[in-house]
Amino acid sequence: MGLGSLSSEGFMTTKLQAMINWCRKNSLWPMPMGISCCAIELMSTGDPRHDIARFGSEVMRFSPRQSDVMIVAGTVTYKMAKVVRKIYDQMPDPKWVIAMGACASSGGMYRSYPVVQGIDLFVPVDVYVAGCPPRPDNLLKGLMALQEKVQQGAKVGEKEPVTIE
Amino acid sequence: MSSTTNDRVLEILNTHFKDSILSVNEFRGELTVVVTKEHIVRVCDFLKHDDELRFHLLEDLCGVDMYTPTDRFQVVYHLFSLQSKLRLRLKVVVDEGDLKVPTVSTVWSTANWHEREAYDMFGIVFEGHPDLRRLYMPDEFEYFPLRKDFPLMGIPGSLSLPKK
Repeated sequence: MGLGSLSSEGFMTTKLQAMINWCRKNSLWPMPMGISCCAIELMSTGDPRHDIARFGSEVMRFSPRQSDVMIVAGTVTYKMAKVVRKIYDQMPDPKWVIAMGACASSGGMYRSYPVVQGIDLFVPVDVYVAGCPPRPDNLLKGLMALQEKVQQGAKVGEKEPVTIE
Repeated sequence: MSSTTNDRVLEILNTHFKDSILSVNEFRGELTVVVTKEHIVRVCDFLKHDDELRFHLLEDLCGVDMYTPTDRFQVVYHLFSLQSKLRLRLKVVVDEGDLKVPTVSTVWSTANWHEREAYDMFGIVFEGHPDLRRLYMPDEFEYFPLRKDFPLMGIPGSLSLPKK
């Protein structure tokens, strides 16, 4: 979009899809799938110091029907995987997934029988955020990477996932 | 407050259950009594309701896998008396060929979930338990993961995942 003409002539031209993507990326409402300690950092991301509202994602929806991006913040066991997948399925399209932290990305330090070794075994993932847990800054970086993908019009799992180190 | 000590606990147990006690061990003030499987409920019931002892609190009940050819498993009961502030550890030895142990959930209702955990992790069957289902693992899981011969990463294909 070129905003140059907006100030001088009072109008601008753009492509409809670019406009829609711009709207989407600036109001990514998260589904806070906080299932262990990463959820604490997820909460910190919403506090005044880190202020996830700057990116239009302050509206944590506890209903999957109203959310755009599922932030999986925590260790997913085989028993919990069914729940995570069910909630993912209940989210309306378009939808995206952030794997927050080592556990959600790869099983983390839980190299053992009950823990799923990475949520990408049962849901598509768009952004992996490293850390145990990741600092809120890193999660915001992951969110910005997702915004970049949304602006480019990527649907869930369509493009190569981004890894935030 | 009565001045009951470990010696007194042992004395009381010996007068009532001389034949049920297999061995006694005291280490750093902690008294451990190994009891026969058949009499564990009677011993527990007595310890809880005896006026002098009153072991009202079952602090923990857990299974142990010693991985020995005989007497492989143990069930350990940790008791605490709110009256005399005494602790007592009871043990029952379970052989792999006969994994049945009488339930003590009739004595302490908190034993219900503890016994479900021991069943889930070790496969020890608590006879007379009102609801002996798995506690942590899914119902359809076929193994007992805290046994020493269970691989750390589990058995491939034994736990299902949703389709991607």
